[in-house]
Amino acid sequence: MMATRAATPGRVKGEVLHDGFLRHKHFKWLKISGALSLIVIVGYFLIDVTPRHNGGSWYGYVLGTIGALQILWLTLLGLRKRAMTRGRWSLKAWTSAHVYLGLSLIVIATLHTGFQFGWNVHTLAYTLMMLVILSGIFGIVAYANIPTALSNNREEMTQPQMIDSLRSIDRQLHDAAQPLDQHLAALVQSSLEQDPFGCGLIERLSGRYPDCATRAAQAAIRRETAYKPNLGEDPLEKVDALLVRKEAILARVRRHLRLKALLEVWLYVHVPMTFALIAALSAHIISVFFYW
Amino acid sequence: MSDGFRIAIIGSGPAGLSAAARAAELGLSHVLLEKTDHLSDTIYKYQKGKHVMATPSQLVLRSDMDFEAGKREKVLGTWDEQAAGRKVNVKLNAEVKAITGAAGAFVLTTTRGETINAETVILAIGTQGNPNLVRCPVGEGAVVQYQLDDPGEYIDEHIVVIGAGDAGIENALGLAADPEQRNTVSIVNRSAEFSTAKDANIKALLAAEAAGRVTILRETTSSAIDKGWITFDTRDGELKARCDRVIARMGSAPPRGFVEGCCASFEEKDGKKAIAAGTGVQFSSADRVSYPKLSPTFESTVPGIFVIGALAGYPLIKHCMNQGYDVVEFINGNTALKPADEPILEAKFAGLPGRKSVNEWLEFLRSNVGILNGVSPLQMREFMLDSEVRFSRAGEMIFERLETGSSLFAIASGSVLVQVDKDDPSITVPIETGSIFGEVGLISGRRRGATIRAGEDAILVEISRSAALKLQSQVPAAKAAITRISTERQLLQMLGSGLKSEDLQDVLDGAEILTVKAGQPIITEGEEGNDIYVIRSGSMVVEKTVGGKPVFLSYLPAGSYVGEMTLIAGGRRTATVRAAIKSEVIRLQGAAFAKLLDANPRLKQNTQQLMASRQDVNAFIEAKKDSFSGVVDMYSNVANFLVDQGIGEATDVLLIDENLCVGCDNCEKACADSHDGLSRLDREAGRTYAHLHVPTSCRHCEHPHCMADCPPNAIHRGPDGEVFIDETCIGCGNCQRNCPYGVIRMDSVPPKKPSLLSWLFLGLGPGPGEPSKKWSYAHSEPGVEKPKKAIKCDMCAGIEGGPACVRACPTGAAIRVAPEDFLTVARLEREES
Repeated sequence: MMATRAATPGRVKGEVLHDGFLRHKHFKWLKISGALSLIVIVGYFLIDVTPRHNGGSWYGYVLGTIGALQILWLTLLGLRKRAMTRGRWSLKAWTSAHVYLGLSLIVIATLHTGFQFGWNVHTLAYTLMMLVILSGIFGIVAYANIPTALSNNREEMTQPQMIDSLRSIDRQLHDAAQPLDQHLAALVQSSLEQDPFGCGLIERLSGRYPDCATRAAQAAIRRETAYKPNLGEDPLEKVDALLVRKEAILARVRRHLRLKALLEVWLYVHVPMTFALIAALSAHIISVFFYW
Repeated sequence: MSDGFRIAIIGSGPAGLSAAARAAELGLSHVLLEKTDHLSDTIYKYQKGKHVMATPSQLVLRSDMDFEAGKREKVLGTWDEQAAGRKVNVKLNAEVKAITGAAGAFVLTTTRGETINAETVILAIGTQGNPNLVRCPVGEGAVVQYQLDDPGEYIDEHIVVIGAGDAGIENALGLAADPEQRNTVSIVNRSAEFSTAKDANIKALLAAEAAGRVTILRETTSSAIDKGWITFDTRDGELKARCDRVIARMGSAPPRGFVEGCCASFEEKDGKKAIAAGTGVQFSSADRVSYPKLSPTFESTVPGIFVIGALAGYPLIKHCMNQGYDVVEFINGNTALKPADEPILEAKFAGLPGRKSVNEWLEFLRSNVGILNGVSPLQMREFMLDSEVRFSRAGEMIFERLETGSSLFAIASGSVLVQVDKDDPSITVPIETGSIFGEVGLISGRRRGATIRAGEDAILVEISRSAALKLQSQVPAAKAAITRISTERQLLQMLGSGLKSEDLQDVLDGAEILTVKAGQPIITEGEEGNDIYVIRSGSMVVEKTVGGKPVFLSYLPAGSYVGEMTLIAGGRRTATVRAAIKSEVIRLQGAAFAKLLDANPRLKQNTQQLMASRQDVNAFIEAKKDSFSGVVDMYSNVANFLVDQGIGEATDVLLIDENLCVGCDNCEKACADSHDGLSRLDREAGRTYAHLHVPTSCRHCEHPHCMADCPPNAIHRGPDGEVFIDETCIGCGNCQRNCPYGVIRMDSVPPKKPSLLSWLFLGLGPGPGEPSKKWSYAHSEPGVEKPKKAIKCDMCAGIEGGPACVRACPTGAAIRVAPEDFLTVARLEREES
């Protein structure tokens, strides 16, 4: 029936479905890292190391080497993401492997320690690694849940469009406030002057802005208009309506920024901690060989 | 004639100016008539600083005027200087409204009532036409202008813009953009709706109205314009308003009427004045894009009137200038002059066996190829510039099955063999001398359906898509021939089953080609009818009413047929088939097709199989509807949403699953880094339904709108079906304006960035992705002007690994799909699980 059409090369005919990074290729990397963890655990219990399991035994060295190489490879995701080279690679596959192999480090590195902890550079490296993994888990949860909310909130509006519509309302507010009394105009002015996003991390992440001048202005003006009949020609009514609209758009932009911040904030732990980890890991490895 | 000129040239664009310069050089008495107060109005009206390109680059410039690519100001400056230096006799503000008389004694009348006598006339007026003028009375001292160069020029004025098309809206917004200018801007629209403007412009205008920056007068016309005042006719009566300046943007009238009326005799027809047949300058057809009939020396059907430039069908500046030179040489009696494109044609014919001159070859092709028989010698020359000719030895492959290509082939000598069975190359059907092949790609833009080899040594003309379209509009006989052959071939190929051309004659005799508008049904559920519809171009969606609501059943691309169910099984139509986009279908009479089925058991069996599989889909959906009505509704709505977003004409489209998209914009960065630092997609923009987002990115339409009007013919379809723009782009922006999806941008290539590692470790450069304008500006090579060219997705053609946007998506949100793969019930099955 479609004699003249054929699938584009490189795309499987009839490929209509797609998977996210967690489900990539039927959980291929979950299976691989699960198997790896299982082998390591079984080995831990079957292999008899005297006097007890520790990082310095031959099994400890094997686990340590695997773990260290994994950490280095996991770090390379940052480079892979930014280097747009040619070739048949998929960043999704890399992310999938990154997530599951990263999680397997919990097993591999913990068994590498032989549960020997102390106040030293070795445990520091382990702690940093666990922090990196924990922030990564936060990232997985965020990536799995937030995109839908982000999409629902923006309703086809782009970020520049949101900012534009705010500006447009500000311009209208500016014009509409001209006939108002001094004290009311000052309220509008305070809404116009406040940078609605100039705030701290707490506000950005919580989405709560207690000092919002627009809300204060709207509440004050609503008190003025509440007891007057709405005849449709009072400039105050127009300002009131504009402030309500501005609040609604502000709320949307703030939700948008909050969700985007949540999608990114963990990287500010994950990435610097990774570099700290690599430094501590280097110290750990050098000191181990130095004191051999 | 002593008081007249030897040559009168109308229009001072590149063509007219070059002609006048040649006449001045030869010492012929001449006059160059220009309706405005400056030379070369079309280029004059380009925006400030626009880069004017000089293509096709292989064409040699033969003119007394210099021209090379550069800024608009430089090009115009050179021409002004040289026109003065060469003593060209220019008459500005002379708009010719009528030409009468005959060769040797033409009389030109201008709008100011002057008359000019000339022996010959050269029409070089282009196709831009004249702006429509305001029809109401204009009082003394009132300012009415038809163009706005720089909105920043006007301050403290009351300005009325008449006409709410794109030009009017853009002018009004430009004038009102800066409140510091304190202009009071109104825009007048005849109706309540804005029917002719782009959506984005309308939105911007309404926003400006809401912000109080622009006043929109709807259902209003101007009734009088006076100094300082304007009077309107509104729905509610007359309205008088202050007005210092009127800017009228009410479209323009094409110059065809004027051209046809040159030296024509008129007669009374149905109470109207009409041109008597056979008089005046005749055009090749009634088609809107057709051109005047011309001899090889550019002479029109009125002896002594010559037509050159865009009006003759040559929109590029170099062509125009060469023709200006040539036409004056011809008029001066230099008939031996070879056209400047002679070397190009010589090179095209160089590889052919047998020594023939260019003219002999042109005549050989014209007389041997059926569809070229009705083409004039001048058209033939132009036609061959856009086409290729090649010689293939017996057995040589012309093209392979599944290759992409939209060109049409014609056989000038020899024959070719079509491999009708894809599995057995020994089964072939010949196509003889004079016929054509490859027309399916031309019509549906899809891949080649069969491999074709030369049967014996053959001379073939390969006609590019645009040349073929031009040919069809200019020569009706060629169009009819191509249509009949292509319909027959499409049926043979689609139905297969060993059918032969002669089997189809009955079916073809009753066949009819219909154009269907988007959304219009060809088959309606519950109606009688047993005709078969073949989709020739475009695509269709099949819907069935289940539980009172239409449910999407399937998507039919060009090259499939529908309507077999009632023909075979009887009864009424079981589903509605409507056009997803503007489409062309071939309607075949049910009775004739039934006869064909009875005569061919194999065909009957195939058709029954098709019907059975379609019935399965229907049954599946109906069964699901009871148990999973929500899922079916969702599937149906998503499918309809995608069709509304133009997926129906797409061949490959980028979709983003917003359940997975984290908004990292790595797709855009990857796109920019794979293509000279410019991103061809805007992830965030575009429509979304049920978390399925269609970003602003090329859909690689089956019939690309962008290809419709590309002066250098720089837009092509590549081997993987991608629509791409090559380096001959002149930056005119036509494709950007023609794209209904807004996926083409005009930009210049930014300077090269430092490497990724030096950014990572040393902080050099702007990092991955498209550099900011500021950075590009600061790091561009001083003094080197980079032209802005059209940029669009090329599906990462030639890049190993495929589209960068998909490869670089960290979460798997970005996918590329073909509509017929995506819009199937398989999706429904998956969603249900």
